[in-house]
Amino acid sequence: MSAPGTLTWFARHECRLSWREFLSFISAGRRRRVRGVVIGTALFLAFLHLAVWPIAAPYAVIDGEPTKLTLVTVTGTALLSWSLMLSQAMESVTRVFYVRSDLDLILSSPVVARRLFAVRIGAMAVGIGIMGLALSAPVIDVLAIIGGWRWLAAYAVVAAMALAAVALAVPLTIALFRIIGPKRARFVSQIVAAVIGASFVIGLQVGAILSYGTLSRFAFLRSERMVALAPDVTSPVWAPARAILGDMGALAAVLAFCLAMLAASILCFAGRFGDYTIVASAVARNAAQQRPLSGFRPASSRHVLRRKEWALLRRDPWLISQTLMQLLYLLPPALLLWKSHGDATGVEGVLTPVLIMSAGQLAGALAWLAISGEDAPDLIATAPVTARQVLVAKIDSVLGATGIVFGPFVLAFAMVSAKAALIAAIGIVVAAAASTEIQLAFRLQAKRSHFRRRHTSSRIATFAEAFSSIGWAATGAFIVLGSWVALLPAFQAVVVLVGVIFFGPARKTAV
Amino acid sequence: MSQIQPLFALQIQGLEKRFARPAVDGLDLSVRIGEFYALLGPNGAGKTTTLRMVSGLLRPDAGSISIFGIDALKDPIAAKRIMAWLSEEPMIYDKLTPLEYLEFIAGLWGVDAAEGEARARELIGWLGLEPHAHERCEGFSKGMRQKVALAGALVHEPKLIILDEPLTGLDAAAARQVKTVLRERVHAGGTVIMTTHILEVAERMADRIGVIAEGKLIAEGTLDDLRRQAGQGESLEETFLTLVAQGGAAQ
Repeated sequence: MSAPGTLTWFARHECRLSWREFLSFISAGRRRRVRGVVIGTALFLAFLHLAVWPIAAPYAVIDGEPTKLTLVTVTGTALLSWSLMLSQAMESVTRVFYVRSDLDLILSSPVVARRLFAVRIGAMAVGIGIMGLALSAPVIDVLAIIGGWRWLAAYAVVAAMALAAVALAVPLTIALFRIIGPKRARFVSQIVAAVIGASFVIGLQVGAILSYGTLSRFAFLRSERMVALAPDVTSPVWAPARAILGDMGALAAVLAFCLAMLAASILCFAGRFGDYTIVASAVARNAAQQRPLSGFRPASSRHVLRRKEWALLRRDPWLISQTLMQLLYLLPPALLLWKSHGDATGVEGVLTPVLIMSAGQLAGALAWLAISGEDAPDLIATAPVTARQVLVAKIDSVLGATGIVFGPFVLAFAMVSAKAALIAAIGIVVAAAASTEIQLAFRLQAKRSHFRRRHTSSRIATFAEAFSSIGWAATGAFIVLGSWVALLPAFQAVVVLVGVIFFGPARKTAV
Repeated sequence: MSQIQPLFALQIQGLEKRFARPAVDGLDLSVRIGEFYALLGPNGAGKTTTLRMVSGLLRPDAGSISIFGIDALKDPIAAKRIMAWLSEEPMIYDKLTPLEYLEFIAGLWGVDAAEGEARARELIGWLGLEPHAHERCEGFSKGMRQKVALAGALVHEPKLIILDEPLTGLDAAAARQVKTVLRERVHAGGTVIMTTHILEVAERMADRIGVIAEGKLIAEGTLDDLRRQAGQGESLEETFLTLVAQGGAAQ
């Protein structure tokens, strides 16, 4: 047993909390579900391996020394994953600052808080590493099966990337905290995290569009110009790529470098975390000022419900950062649209599914917030309005907000192809309505602050929402291309929706 | 043709609700119009369950609930229109300001906008919330949140206000303000039903007190009536403990 207040004692405490949180995450509070979730996850991973196979297989076999082209491609792909890890790490650091949880207890106790924060920084690295390993496992496994065991070194590189991401996220977030102040840092760091997460992939796509008129990142990464601009194969810049390709010397160097980065970050910043969380807690108690209300506006109950939903959605920083992320991902297709003005061939098939898919996902998030994330359920339940009126107003607000976000894109699309824009518009409405219906079927009573953990309550809802959006997106794409194959994804999406409507928990429990 | 005026603000007959065990067990209760009624009982006695059924937050297994002569189970919307529910945990939105919150509630209850605004500003001034009227509620203390929720309960001028432990966690000044506001409502002809564990509040404020244990009303009346029923004790605390013990033994 380690002595209380020591690093190992805190590490044990954190491990226990994390393990229980993980168990509750996978079981949603019901222990019986654990076995089902484990089997489901295994099947899903197997499916992912099969899905990734045709994409990864062509890159698996590398004879002899890696060429510059290979190094550029591997490095680009690794950077893409790393930017997402960095984004996730910034999110985690921000959360440590602002979410009180047990901090009041620990900061008011006589233990050295620096040790707790050292452990928490380490825990962030472990968490992000595990997530990265899980997501990259199908690709690495397929590469190893086809190209040989040396690809397994990529696992260690992914872990090292997580260490480096957290090591950099800590000073970045602290810098934001100091530059713009704790009052705005929470919101801005979420936006910055979203931009960082999306920027690399978007940058590659923008480069590909401007150079080759295609959305393919690989077209840009593997272009002659890119390879010519890249440093020589002997440069240390390629150490991570060489490590991924199984060079043990490079792997040791990458691991040592990333570990040193994390250690330095912990040594420099763990001691200051306590001070920053105290400052952040004072800000959290300082309410934001709103523009004074000019006067009560006459409105029907449906209208006031919708107005309330929109005000809450507008003031939700997490939702805004997520919406911004969706919009950022729409930038490359929008650029492609602009570049192809007057020549719609090919663009329609790309833009239509991207718009429909994004609308489905955004509507799902909004629907959860409006339908399940009601902070004053008793107030609404005791108001003299029917449950149906409340529901209609909430659906109104979701579909309205989705329309406001995607309307301008559809209008711009219509300039290039009226027919494709109409198909996209119909697809957006259908995908958004389907996602809303799924959230209705799986509605529960939760706080808006639980938004980030909404997937915990029902993984079926998460998958149903994803399959529905993908189905409608593919349907839209095939209709634009004039192919009868559109019937297949449409059938899949309808099956998902019908299944959810008839077998969802809300129907079973409806009074 | 003139309508018959109801005598009671609330009339409950044979009310039952069962979870794992009976929470409310054949409860009969009547509260007169213009009365301040305190509902007392030990933890788990069925006070909150009863009031949640009255407010339309729970459906009873059996029994009837009448609010100012309106059958609350058959016409819940009409019943809700004339009452307000305030729980121990304030039901407010962190991202709205007190004025925006009151505008929302006035809209929900169909109060005329100008009238609602005048009442909202009056309540905000009355409860000392003026300096915070344009701040989001997210940074408010428990007492301020409870005051905002109370303003919300009053902005549509309900005939019946139901409060479940409204004073828990409030400091002395905030508690006094809430009590004053409630007393004013009763003086103005409103009816207030409140559960509380603070016996001194019931003793000082209530016109009548009901004691509930194991889902049944075991004693009811003014403080003097209760003392007589208990057969001993000077304070309400002693009377309450005796009545609960007698009620438990009888059941």
